[in-house]
Amino acid sequence: MDENKAAFEPRIIAFVCNWCTYAGADLTGTSRIKYATNVEIVRFPCTGRIDFMLLLKAFAAGADGIIVSGCHPNDCHYTSGNFHARRRWIVFRGLLDFLGIDVRRIHYYWVSAAEGAKWAEVVNQTVAEIRELGPYTEYKKVANYIEETEAAHE
Amino acid sequence: MSKIGVFICHCGENISATVDCARVAQAAAEMEGVAYATDYKYMCSEPGQQLIRQAIREHNLDGVVVGSCSPRMHEPTFRRACAEAGLNPYLCEIANLREHCSWVHEKGEATTQKAIDIVQGLVEKVRRNQPLTPIRVPVTKKALVIGGGIAGIQAALDIANCGHRVILVEKEPSIGGHMAQLSETFPTLDCSQCILTPRMVEVAQHPNITLYTYAEVESVEGFIGNFKATIRLKAKSVDEKKCTGCGLCTTKCPNKKIPGEFNEGLGTRTAIYVPFPQAVPNKPVIDKEHCNYYQKGKCRVCEKFCPTGAITFDQPDQFITEEVGAIVVTTGFRVLPTSFFPEYGYGRYKDVITGIQFERLASASGPTMGEIRRPSDGTVPKKVVFIACCGSRDPAKGIPYCSKICCMYTAKHAMLYQHKVHDGESTVFYMDIRAGGKNYEEFVRRAIEEDKVNYVRGRVARVYERADGKLVVRGVDTLLGAQQVEIEADMVVLATAGVANPGAEELAQKLHISYDPYHFFAEAHPKLRPVETNTAGIYLAGACQAPKDIPETVATASGAAAKVVSLLSQDDLVREPLVAVVNRCAPPVYSTCVGCFLCQTACPYQAIEREEIKDRQGRVIKTVAKVNPGLCQGCGTCVSFCRSKAIDIQGYSNEQMYAEVNALLNHE
Repeated sequence: MDENKAAFEPRIIAFVCNWCTYAGADLTGTSRIKYATNVEIVRFPCTGRIDFMLLLKAFAAGADGIIVSGCHPNDCHYTSGNFHARRRWIVFRGLLDFLGIDVRRIHYYWVSAAEGAKWAEVVNQTVAEIRELGPYTEYKKVANYIEETEAAHE
Repeated sequence: MSKIGVFICHCGENISATVDCARVAQAAAEMEGVAYATDYKYMCSEPGQQLIRQAIREHNLDGVVVGSCSPRMHEPTFRRACAEAGLNPYLCEIANLREHCSWVHEKGEATTQKAIDIVQGLVEKVRRNQPLTPIRVPVTKKALVIGGGIAGIQAALDIANCGHRVILVEKEPSIGGHMAQLSETFPTLDCSQCILTPRMVEVAQHPNITLYTYAEVESVEGFIGNFKATIRLKAKSVDEKKCTGCGLCTTKCPNKKIPGEFNEGLGTRTAIYVPFPQAVPNKPVIDKEHCNYYQKGKCRVCEKFCPTGAITFDQPDQFITEEVGAIVVTTGFRVLPTSFFPEYGYGRYKDVITGIQFERLASASGPTMGEIRRPSDGTVPKKVVFIACCGSRDPAKGIPYCSKICCMYTAKHAMLYQHKVHDGESTVFYMDIRAGGKNYEEFVRRAIEEDKVNYVRGRVARVYERADGKLVVRGVDTLLGAQQVEIEADMVVLATAGVANPGAEELAQKLHISYDPYHFFAEAHPKLRPVETNTAGIYLAGACQAPKDIPETVATASGAAAKVVSLLSQDDLVREPLVAVVNRCAPPVYSTCVGCFLCQTACPYQAIEREEIKDRQGRVIKTVAKVNPGLCQGCGTCVSFCRSKAIDIQGYSNEQMYAEVNALLNHE
């Protein structure tokens, strides 16, 4: 089992806002700080834009973990988008937990445009934690099941 | 079937050192919908851009993905190149292969694979991009400047001299700000008032400037080119049209013992007052908090003596609305009071004063007519200790930054003191001397060498009063191996930290601009956009950004004015069309919007309106949401709120984002 874990490369999608975390990740690059290759960054205008259906879609498409990251409170380029996102996440988290979805696989962070080093840390830490949890097969099973039943109906 | 072109840049070796660019291009060529893929050493160079333009024409491409540096860097460059070849620029997307891939990963299979994934994600996104046209909005050719210190004065004059109208709002009864309080300025020792007051008069007389003193910005709505500001004109209780500024009322007011703000509490003023003799406008206001009539209902002495009948006790606060195209924020800073420092006596010792109080003592128009006298007993102090870095560079005090101006003004204070009190002794306790600036270092050396100011490197632990009433300064001299020193002093001057104004946070929220942890306003980019905020059309100048000296303040003010003028010189402003839209479809549905208007509550810009869909008889069939593209800033918060997925954001639509996420995870 442990050997499998070591060989397992988690697939992680990072949903980030354009103004803080995307710029922060750019700074990680300009500072040449190295981090794990497992994360793919998707750019949004604001964390307020990140619809949580997208998170479920990402799991359905095979993601093992998710990062959502935007501006620190009060620093939102659009004043309040990150507050909406935070509130939505609190409610959504309760729902996910109730549905039996592993909330440890979704990481919510604030990384500003000046925190290049923090972004590298966030990525490495998330990758390590998801690696520890192993592949997210439960969700894929459900997703496959839904797909199969849908196909059967057609 | 789409025809996407994929262009992979090597960025010299920045990308190609860790990513196999040829393989990425090869993999891209096999992706669904890709008609052409290639790699090149410098895609942003002219031949690189030519390569893109040529490919668009030759292969009739209907979408472009450029794998290069961050879109924050060259998205405009490549979109322009596409537009030049006749492709709608919003059909071009940038895959960030440099900052998000080659620079942060080691060379290897995983890095190249990640680059391929990123390109794949954007190819899928771009296949769903819609051609968009920029939004044009008209520009109101008028600017609002908030704050009438030297920064506001300079910005207002520069804009007005370019022929645009300016509204200058100052919350105090007179413009002038901190600079009007200063005695002489470093490093030339020219008189602050002498260089400032002509400019103040120029502001008052300028045909293009409307000056509102004793006024505050109540609220700001709108967006770049089209702001609507509500300004509260606080009741002055004096009819400005009738008042001639004779000043008789101020001599007759019985309430004479009010500590004057302009003299930093070292002098007194009356309840009806002009802050200082050179004030602009030179007309008094009544301070309601200290006026006998407002507080006790009796007095009206000023009214009785006023020769023109200008006193109007029942004058209400007035609210006016101004439409402006741009805003410059120049609200300045404040210095910490001595009461902030328990170790220096919590402000209890009268002869422990701040640097700005010393300015008033040294000023020819100050409470002592320019003679250095102790606030406690009016005697001339023979020994003065100046303590630099009071609060500044001290994380324990919550002010880890350097206040920048203190080293210089402390040297100036010690110098002025030596010039005025020839047998006096002055000592300066400092951490480091930071004298970066034209003629600054020479100025400090002059204080030390010519004026014999005793500079002691070290911190002061305590200032206390001995039983005989003498102040004692206890500190260490770190150049003598941290040896403890005690110096008697007749007066102690604290170079207290420059901090943000108390109302800074509130103003920032009114204007939707961001601020740093110390409540100083944040610039859009610390190096390349130093006078702009992240909110388009709002600019910054002066010490509201961080402590600044006068030359730097004036430079940023002129910089901000140049930005405003370049904005106001356009008739129309072109905006990015990345805004939200509510879908519309054929009857009987008309739109999937169900009219819950949750989006309206989520929108920070009040950009969502109600729209009634009517039939031919004019009956309302359905009420749906409608986005005002002029107000929408494209944050997309409404999109995630929408229950019926009726609202979507151009450029980041649900369809595009689902496709991108799916594609990123597509490979095995």
